[in-house]
Amino acid sequence: MKIPVLRLGAILLTSIQVDLTDTEVMQFQADVLSVIAETEGRGLAIDITALEVVDSFMARTINDTASMARLLGAEVVVCGMRPAVALTLVEMGRELIGVETTFNLDDGLARLQRKIAQRGDNALAASGSS
Amino acid sequence: MTDSPAGVPSIVVPIRDATDILRARGSARELAARLRLGSADQTRLATSVSEVSELTRNVLQYAGEGHCTIIDASDESRLCIRVVVEDHGPGIPNVDLALRDGYSTSGGLGAGLPGVRRLMDEFELSSRPGHTRLMIAMTRPRVSSA
Repeated sequence: MKIPVLRLGAILLTSIQVDLTDTEVMQFQADVLSVIAETEGRGLAIDITALEVVDSFMARTINDTASMARLLGAEVVVCGMRPAVALTLVEMGRELIGVETTFNLDDGLARLQRKIAQRGDNALAASGSS
Repeated sequence: MTDSPAGVPSIVVPIRDATDILRARGSARELAARLRLGSADQTRLATSVSEVSELTRNVLQYAGEGHCTIIDASDESRLCIRVVVEDHGPGIPNVDLALRDGYSTSGGLGAGLPGVRRLMDEFELSSRPGHTRLMIAMTRPRVSSA
């Protein structure tokens, strides 16, 4: 199962719509990072609206992916976490999600554009707005 | 499976590879939905099954085979879903350590176990070389449908 990574100006957009195995999660991470590097994407939005289960492996991989993307030079937000997922992650304890999150993709894109603008990538941020 | 009294419905999912974990947690979630547990409980249970199956699968990176049994152990007064994962791998050298927050070997053995313990109402882990058994259960009072 390959998760598509869409390009919207300087922002990359990806949405996880199905349950992924650990192997597929790792593949997703590798794919996202290589697209960021190729396109020099300034921002990455990961939409998880459809995910009903985020276990500790998935949570860790999302965190790691965000850290790696930031090292490459991209800002990251995770969008649309379900209430039951948020509840479960917090009850499980530890810092399972240490990434910026937004209610939905709309908010996520706005947040990314603001962050990109803040750091001085104005031209790119503008071209990323739809 | 031997774990439940005769007549109690149970589903056995063999755990061999990563897709089996998705199958196990899907079955657990379906049972929770069928018993009309709320979406938060469905997610708690499915996430826990994912973590405990992961434990078995990590053990199995080395040897053996494992399975996950999902049992509807409800009675008149309460709803209860019991999940047992068992394998015949090398075992967990130090169970206490495995249940400590932040502990993991080989990149994930039991990394989520302390969390599962907090999500579930019952949690029992025993392990020796050749047999590891982990039982978790979620119990909820029956809501009268009057």
